[in-house]
Amino acid sequence: MELLIIIIVILYMTSAAGYFAFLFFQKEFLNRSGFLLILAGFICHTISIGSIYISSGQFPVRNLHETLSVAGWAIAGFFLVFQSRFKLKVLGIYAAPLISLVMVAVSAVPQTPIEPQGIFKSFWLISHVAAVFIGNAAFAMACGIGILYLIQEHGIKAKNPGFFFKRLPSLELLDATGYTCIIVGFTLLTFGLITGFVYAKAVWGRFWSWDPKEVWSGITWLFYAALLHERLTVGWRGRRAAVMAIIGFTILLFTFLGVNFFLKGHHGGFTGV
Amino acid sequence: MSEIVVIGLNHKTAPVELRECIAFSEDETAIALEALKKEPNIREVLLLSTCNRVEVLMVTDEQAAAVASAKQFIARFNQVPTAKFEASLYVHRGDDAVRHIFRVAASLDSMILGEPQILGQIKEAYRKATLEKTSGVVLNRLLHRTFFVAKRIRTETGIGDHAVSISYAAIELGRKIFGSLENRQVLLVGAGEMAELAVEHLIRNRVGDIAVANRTFERAVELADRFGGGAIKFEEFIHAVADVDIIISSTGSSDFILTRDQLKGLMRKRRNRPLFFIDIAVPRDIDPEINRLANTYVYDIDDLKGIIEENIEDRQREAVKGERIIDEAVIKFRQWFESLEVIPTIKAIRSKLEAIAETELKKTLQSESLPPAAHDTVRRMAQAMINKILHDPTDVLKSDGCQKGQSAYLDVARKLFRLDD
Repeated sequence: MELLIIIIVILYMTSAAGYFAFLFFQKEFLNRSGFLLILAGFICHTISIGSIYISSGQFPVRNLHETLSVAGWAIAGFFLVFQSRFKLKVLGIYAAPLISLVMVAVSAVPQTPIEPQGIFKSFWLISHVAAVFIGNAAFAMACGIGILYLIQEHGIKAKNPGFFFKRLPSLELLDATGYTCIIVGFTLLTFGLITGFVYAKAVWGRFWSWDPKEVWSGITWLFYAALLHERLTVGWRGRRAAVMAIIGFTILLFTFLGVNFFLKGHHGGFTGV
Repeated sequence: MSEIVVIGLNHKTAPVELRECIAFSEDETAIALEALKKEPNIREVLLLSTCNRVEVLMVTDEQAAAVASAKQFIARFNQVPTAKFEASLYVHRGDDAVRHIFRVAASLDSMILGEPQILGQIKEAYRKATLEKTSGVVLNRLLHRTFFVAKRIRTETGIGDHAVSISYAAIELGRKIFGSLENRQVLLVGAGEMAELAVEHLIRNRVGDIAVANRTFERAVELADRFGGGAIKFEEFIHAVADVDIIISSTGSSDFILTRDQLKGLMRKRRNRPLFFIDIAVPRDIDPEINRLANTYVYDIDDLKGIIEENIEDRQREAVKGERIIDEAVIKFRQWFESLEVIPTIKAIRSKLEAIAETELKKTLQSESLPPAAHDTVRRMAQAMINKILHDPTDVLKSDGCQKGQSAYLDVARKLFRLDD
C-alpha cells in the first residue's frame, strides 16, 4: 500500500513537471504527457482507494490519511473530466502540483488505527461524502482558474502582455469555465449538504446540531450562493468573480481542514484529530 | 566547376523609386526567364521580384561573365542605364548565396522581420522557373531546401509570433479579452485611416454589427455604408456604449468624449460585460482612468505602439535562432553540392560495389563448395568485374562533353546508386 502511494505521488509529480515544461516550451507532446501521467496516477489512485473499500467494506474516509487521499483523488478525477471537456491546457500547472501536494501530505500522515464503525456503509453518508468531495474539487478548479484569470487580466490591464499573454487563454474563456466550475461545485455541495442532513436525522435524530463543521459548511454554501446570485443579478464577473472564487476556496479549505484542527465536533474523528 | 550566384537589390540597398524601375511584373518574369535561359553563361536561373526586392539566382560555370550578363539584361529589359542601379546591387557567391536565399525565404531579410508573404512569393518565382524549365538539378534542390528551412524556422522559432502592426495588435488583444471576436458588436466613433483599417481587420474576424458615430452625420452614413453597419448621431453614441463590446475612437475632440464617471453608470447597465476601447485619437478621446474600472480595457495609440515595439524585439531575439538553423542548413547544402563533383561520386560508387562484392564473396566462400585454392581466383574475378563495370560510367562522368551539364549526370548517378541515403 505504501509503495502504491509512492508510485501515485511520483506520477502526479512528473505530470506537474510535464505541465510546467509545457508552459515554457509550448510543445503539444508535453501537454499530452502531463495529461496521460495524471491519468495513470488517477488509475493507480482508484485501485488504491478501491482496494481499501473492497477489503474493509467501508468508504475510506475514516481518518486524515484516507480523507486527504480521497480529496486528491476527487480533484484528479474532476480535472481529467474537465480537461477533456474544455481543453484548458494551462490549468495543469495548477491542478497537477495541487494534487501532488495533497498526495505528499497523504504519504506524510500516518494511517491511524480505525475503530470498526457501521456508519461508513450507509448510502446517505457515502452520497454525502462523494458529493461534497467532488464539489470541493470543482471549487478547487474554480480557484485555480481564478488565479489564472487574475494573472492574464493583470497583464492586459497593465499593458504589458509578457510571458503569460500568449500562454494563457482569453479572459472570456477563463471567466466562463470558472463559472461552470462554481455551478457544478455549488450543485454538488447543495446535494451533499442535503444528504448530510438526512443522514444526521437518521443517526442523531436532528437535521442540524450546530456542529462547527456544519456551521462552516453553511457559511461556505452561503458564500458561493451569494457569488452566484450577484453574478446572475448584477453581473459580478471577471476580476471580482475570480477573486471571490479564490476567497471561497480558502473558506472551503478552512471548513475542510481548519475546523478539525482548531475546533471540535462530530466530524473531528474523520480526520483523526 | 559550377557555382551558385545571386545578384539583386532590396529595400536596404535601393530606394523605392529605383526598385519600381527594376521590378518585373508576372508576365515580364516569364519573358525575362526565357531570355536569361539563352545567355550562354547561365545554366539555371530563377527570378524573384517583389515590391521590396529584385533578385536573380543563377547557377553558372563562369561567375563573372554570368553576373555581367545578368546586369546587362536587367538594364536592357527595363531600359535603365546600368550606372543607375549598379551601386545598389549586391552579389553573393557559393555559401553566401545559399545563405542569402535561405534568409530571404525565412523572412530574416525582410523589411518587417518575420512577415509571412515572402515565402509564398519565392514559391511562385520557383513555379515560374520550373514552368519555363530554367531550374535544374541544383536550383531544384536549393529551392526545396529553402522551403524546408523557412518552414522549420517558422515553426521552431517565434519569428512570426505576435502582431507588429497597430491594428493586428488590437485584434490580438481583443482575442485575449473576448476569446473569439465573432459576433462582437463594434462602435466606431470618428474616422481616420488607422481606425478604419482596424474596423476592416475586425470585419475580417467576423465581428457582429458595426455602428458608426461622427460629428458630421453624413460622414457617419458614408462609413456605415462602407462597413455594412448603421450610422448613429454623435450625441447618441453614449447610449450605444451600453450595447457594444469594442469601441474604436478617433475623433478630433480636444477633451475626453467619455469619462470614468459617465462609464461607471453604463457598466452597471451592461451588467459588467467586458468592454474594449481602442483609442487611436491624439489627443486621447477616452479617459485613461476608465482602464481602472472592472472589465474595461483601454488601449491608446502609445500603448499599442509599445506592444508592437516589444513584439519586434521578440522577433529579433527569435531571428538569432533562425540564423543558427540557417548556418546548419548552409553546411548541409554545401556537402550535397560538393558531392556533385566527379571524383567523390566515382569513389562512392566504387566503395558501394566493393562492399556488395565483399558480402557476396563471404557468402560464397563460406559454403565450402569451392576448394580453398580457388578462393583467390574468385576474389580476383570479382575485383576485375568491378573495374570493368566502372570503366564506362567513369569515362562519361569525367568527360566534359555532357550536354545537360555535369551536375545533372552526377545527380542521376548518385540517385541510381542511392549514394545519398
